[in-house]
Amino acid sequence: MIPEIGHFSLILALVLAIAQSTFSFKGASSNQPVFMSAGLSAARGQFFFVSIAFISLGYAFYSSDFSVLYVASNSNFNLPIQYKLAAIWGGHEGSMLLWTATLSLWTMAVTIFSQHLPAQFRARLIGTMGLITVGFLIFILFSSNPFERLIPAALEGRSLNPLLQDPGMVFHPPVLYMGYVGFSVAFAFAIAALLGGELNPEWARWTRTWTTIAWIFLTVGIAFGSKWAYYELGWGGWWFWDAVENASFMPWLVGTALIHSLAVTEKRDAFKMWTVLLAIFAFSLSLLGTFLVRSGVLTSVHAFASDPTRGLFILAFLAIVIGGALILFAIRAPKVGLGGKFGVVSRESFLLANNVVMVVACGVVMLGTLYPLFLDALGMGKISVGPPYFNTVFVPVMAPAFFLMGLAIFSRWKNTELPSLISRLKWAFIISVVTAIVTPAVMGQWKPMVSLGLLMAFWIITTAMVSLYDYMVAGSGNLILRVIRLPRAYQGMILAHLGVAVFIVGVTLVGGYGLEQDLRMSPGEKVKVDQFTFQFDGVTQTAGPNYMAVRGHFTVSKSQGAPIILEPEKRSYQEDSMPMTEAAIETGLMKDLYVSLGEPLNSEAWAVRIYIKPFVQWIWFGCFMMAGGGILALFDPRYRRKNKKALG
Amino acid sequence: MKSRYKRAAFIVTGLVAIAIAATLVLNAFRSNLVFFFTPTQVFKGEAPKNISFRIGGLVEQGSLKRSADTLENQFVVTDTIKRINVVYTGILPDLFREGKGVVAQGKLNQDGVFHADNVLAKHDENYMPPEAAEALKQANTLNEKTGKTLVIPEAKP
Repeated sequence: MIPEIGHFSLILALVLAIAQSTFSFKGASSNQPVFMSAGLSAARGQFFFVSIAFISLGYAFYSSDFSVLYVASNSNFNLPIQYKLAAIWGGHEGSMLLWTATLSLWTMAVTIFSQHLPAQFRARLIGTMGLITVGFLIFILFSSNPFERLIPAALEGRSLNPLLQDPGMVFHPPVLYMGYVGFSVAFAFAIAALLGGELNPEWARWTRTWTTIAWIFLTVGIAFGSKWAYYELGWGGWWFWDAVENASFMPWLVGTALIHSLAVTEKRDAFKMWTVLLAIFAFSLSLLGTFLVRSGVLTSVHAFASDPTRGLFILAFLAIVIGGALILFAIRAPKVGLGGKFGVVSRESFLLANNVVMVVACGVVMLGTLYPLFLDALGMGKISVGPPYFNTVFVPVMAPAFFLMGLAIFSRWKNTELPSLISRLKWAFIISVVTAIVTPAVMGQWKPMVSLGLLMAFWIITTAMVSLYDYMVAGSGNLILRVIRLPRAYQGMILAHLGVAVFIVGVTLVGGYGLEQDLRMSPGEKVKVDQFTFQFDGVTQTAGPNYMAVRGHFTVSKSQGAPIILEPEKRSYQEDSMPMTEAAIETGLMKDLYVSLGEPLNSEAWAVRIYIKPFVQWIWFGCFMMAGGGILALFDPRYRRKNKKALG
Repeated sequence: MKSRYKRAAFIVTGLVAIAIAATLVLNAFRSNLVFFFTPTQVFKGEAPKNISFRIGGLVEQGSLKRSADTLENQFVVTDTIKRINVVYTGILPDLFREGKGVVAQGKLNQDGVFHADNVLAKHDENYMPPEAAEALKQANTLNEKTGKTLVIPEAKP
């Protein structure tokens, strides 16, 4: 019964989503409040029914209802409760429902927090979101229905892929989707502006809040995923340039460009067309990511075996959304206008350069990700583009962006005198260069790439410090008070930029000084890696809630200090014989010690991976700092005052 | 007049920068492409000699040999028509199994042994790496042409 309720709710939601967009657009074009408010109510009703559908599926998983095909293929009785629920998005159908539910949630949020917007604009906004919802609901109902019955019911389910049975599975997909789908709001804002033919700094301010929230989610979601891969896949890598990772990274790059471009549109009424275009691209790339991940064209942990009609549907939907948006852009953009002028050396031009770099970087990633797919689709053979391509190209492309980050903080809007910029930043530059050259030597071995990476990081840090100092001199009270009193948006920017620096430090040092050893070890054997001695004390058998495991025992000792015990596991899940590597990691601010079991060799020896990963945690900490910067910026009174006034 | 020069300079600088970037990118792209060959193609000599490429197919039953004191592994990758000896030093992925699909990346040496520096796993048991599936599919069509019958395990790409 419950699955049928879920199914019917989805159908009702589809009807309401159609009503949502029809009424909203009708109301907006004829300026009739009745239609506009009908569209609004339909949007809220649509959210209600999508929620019911989502909860129904959740209940089917909770009660292990194996008469539902999707539940039977992704869950079983032995699965711990948190993974039963996370299994909702463990397969194709459920992830699409999560996508749609997230979209509904964003729509609901927009209906609540958009009361200050002009009525027609608001209606167009909600209408656009309705159209996207219609597309996804049709997709679910006609090709990926998670409520399909399995008759006769299965006695036991097939269970969730053991790789996905991890706390990461509970957080990573919903957070990532909040980000992905959140760009639909920015997209809808852009479409609404194009339809209305008006785009002013007000518009940029509204859009900015929504875009920033989506960007925060996306940043955190990607960081979660990266960290999960680091401890779960057993290779100790944090980014593999896997096509699916790239699929989430491309919208992030364009989204980051969008945030910066929106700042210019808000403050200077410039870059208008460019901003609109970025908003369209950010969401298009989210859709492209969905296509790549869900159509089965890629092999990866994220891709579920699925039939080609699904891929075709998403591709067609992608074409309609992107094509439609770009045609609208071509027709309406001249009406919106270019916006204000600016000098060659100004904050605008630095931000423009930053935008160009971000988009080029996105293009680089896209080339490497899509080219093999095109060749394959055209029957021209199978190729793959490995991490070396991305590493050799991505770093030089991004390097100028990091340099510009330092300059942009100082330059003023409209026009900046180059000599004054140079004189203010010469010390920051000298300090960065000296530290970047000296630090790698102190760490033991001088490497040019490490030096370059650190130069970028120190440059960002020193320029941020100089800027902070300039602001502080003007303030009064003690140091902490002065920092607190700075504008929130400025604090956010500094924090996010420092996050980038922290991230770069992590990437650079783990790449430059990481040690990786694959060894054969017998019980009692010792091996010295860096200043640590790893002793293998043998293995024991243990059991988990739904798996059996072989646990390895390692004692790691340094010349002084207490020894550390590391216990990596090799698990085999009962439902299938698929083994799983569970690495043991001693996390630290300066370095991670990473041990994982390979395979049992003859007699009692094991293949063992021993890694030392210096500063690897800085990578994710940097990402969280970026997200934190975004959150701080949201609290800038500039955005809140507007909302309060509108409410009161 | 002056502002027009400025703009022209701006545009030219931009174009030059884009041209340089494009050249670098495409160069790096070309030199980092990894091509895929089936064991049959390798046997026919279609695979390059000193460049890294990928092979795919099934790990032949009973072919895995482990060295007694190092991490060296030897196994045979087959598309059911031709067999290729593969040597790999390192830890094999969790899902490496005899009789299952596998993709290896590396170089072919003079005596026809494939020295892999990377062996790729699939993430799911129900999943065949597309390259491995492709190798089997091609072998299957070849078999049909020559009138042989061979039972091929069903591949789910």
